[in-house]
Amino acid sequence: MTSYTSAEMMTVGAARALTNDDVCFVGIGLPSAACNLARLTHAPRLTLVYESGTIETKPTVLPLSIGDGELAETALTTVSVPEMFQYWLQGGRISVGFLGGAQIDRFGNLNSTVIGSYARPKVRLPGSGGAPEIATSCGRIYIVMRHNPRGFVETLDFVTSLGHGPTGRERRALGVTTEGPALLVTDLCVMRPHPESKEFEVTSLHPGVTRDQVTTQTGWAVRFTDDVRETAPPTSHELQVLRDLNERTTRAHGAATNE
Amino acid sequence: MALTSTLADAIARTVRPGDRIALEGFTHLIPFAAGHEIIRQGIRDLTLIRMTPDLLYDQLIGTGCARKLIFSWGGNPGVGSLHRLRDAIERGWPRPLEIEEHSHAAMANAYAAGAAGLPSAVFRGYVGTDHASVNPNIKFVNCPFTGERLACVPSLRPDVTIIHAQKADKLGNVLIEGIVGVQKEAVLAATRAIATVEEIVDRLPTAGTNAVILPSWTLTDVVLVPGGALPSYAHGYYPRDNAFYLSWDAISRDRDSFQAWIDTHVMERTAVGSAMSSGAGRTA
Repeated sequence: MTSYTSAEMMTVGAARALTNDDVCFVGIGLPSAACNLARLTHAPRLTLVYESGTIETKPTVLPLSIGDGELAETALTTVSVPEMFQYWLQGGRISVGFLGGAQIDRFGNLNSTVIGSYARPKVRLPGSGGAPEIATSCGRIYIVMRHNPRGFVETLDFVTSLGHGPTGRERRALGVTTEGPALLVTDLCVMRPHPESKEFEVTSLHPGVTRDQVTTQTGWAVRFTDDVRETAPPTSHELQVLRDLNERTTRAHGAATNE
Repeated sequence: MALTSTLADAIARTVRPGDRIALEGFTHLIPFAAGHEIIRQGIRDLTLIRMTPDLLYDQLIGTGCARKLIFSWGGNPGVGSLHRLRDAIERGWPRPLEIEEHSHAAMANAYAAGAAGLPSAVFRGYVGTDHASVNPNIKFVNCPFTGERLACVPSLRPDVTIIHAQKADKLGNVLIEGIVGVQKEAVLAATRAIATVEEIVDRLPTAGTNAVILPSWTLTDVVLVPGGALPSYAHGYYPRDNAFYLSWDAISRDRDSFQAWIDTHVMERTAVGSAMSSGAGRTA
């Protein structure tokens, strides 16, 4: 078997969830790598939309920023930022939104605003960007995050975007009709919300990862489904395409963007 | 209209201490040259407005030009934190910075409402989040027809908006192509507006499918500043200097190395560019 990194496993795991029928709102970093990997492998008709306004964009290298020229040059069309948020996101045209953050709780609520108190933060993070409305306007949400106890917490310091709410039941109560977080891919495992409780549970462990590792790296008492499987490792084709993409990207702007 | 005055004159005439000012651009066409002239002129107590404050706002904040920031995402795109912004928020250096924090959707809607002359923007947003608990400018209203609870924020109406664009014609009409961001709304929402441009041409070319054209009478000043968006990019002119964005992380992490960079690359330089003052434009 070809060797691969945990970051590659995470990217491949997220890419596999995307289909030809999806219209995907892409964030920078790992989501961008996963979406373009899917487009270059099993889902060539996957539609990518970036919040800078580019629609049906097909970049040959990964953008360093959300508004790189590459995105506009390879797009079917580019719209203004207000139009992107009003007509395309709020208008319900997006089937999948990718999110991440500094903190996640068991119900997929996310924090990308502050660590510590808001008034006197220990760490001031970049803030919400598009996340609050991506979380509620996209058909469903996929999340990619590195698995560690600082990020996988019992209680968020700040709720930047709504997952399934503080008890897992709040979306409907708040009048939100979209599905919310449906998939969480980490560098250790794949997690999906329990159909009733909406709590994220481990559905597959990446090759070589133990239950103990996941338990230790999760800040809440993490549950496993009854039929936990092993995640299929990246194929040599997936790895080749991803590495070529990263190599083109490094050559284009001197840094890989899948971290 | 004359090509007589300079970027320095345009900034001195149009930007005043205490202004609410937006230097907009969504990664593309960031008006760096104009922002650096504000730093050189030492214009203080500004309320900075921008969806995506990046290196230029890090520089304005680190040099003490700002008392408040209205924003939705503050970072070095694809790289990480803005260290001067963090130093101001976490430790009050070089002065405390008040923040008013929104989402992208809220800011985009608020600019559009400002351009439309409305007092506020209504949209579906902020559901189930903590933003309203730390920002009194986020409220909720019920739709009078359906009863749906919707978010409401005040419109953004800057005293001054500054943008960088690709071209102007000799009358001062301005063209933007590529990722057009929120610049049209930010200009039309503002009381005064400056556009710096890469090139002045006899006649604007036939516009591409997504081009934005701002008539001269929507702008107070149009200034020829080739390279005015560097190190960001100008579609059709030059690419983004990604290496500089990566190097900013180290430059800005330390107060002394930041100050040394500002001294060398901003204070000890003079502004380039010459301006057209739009006689038909807005005065205030």
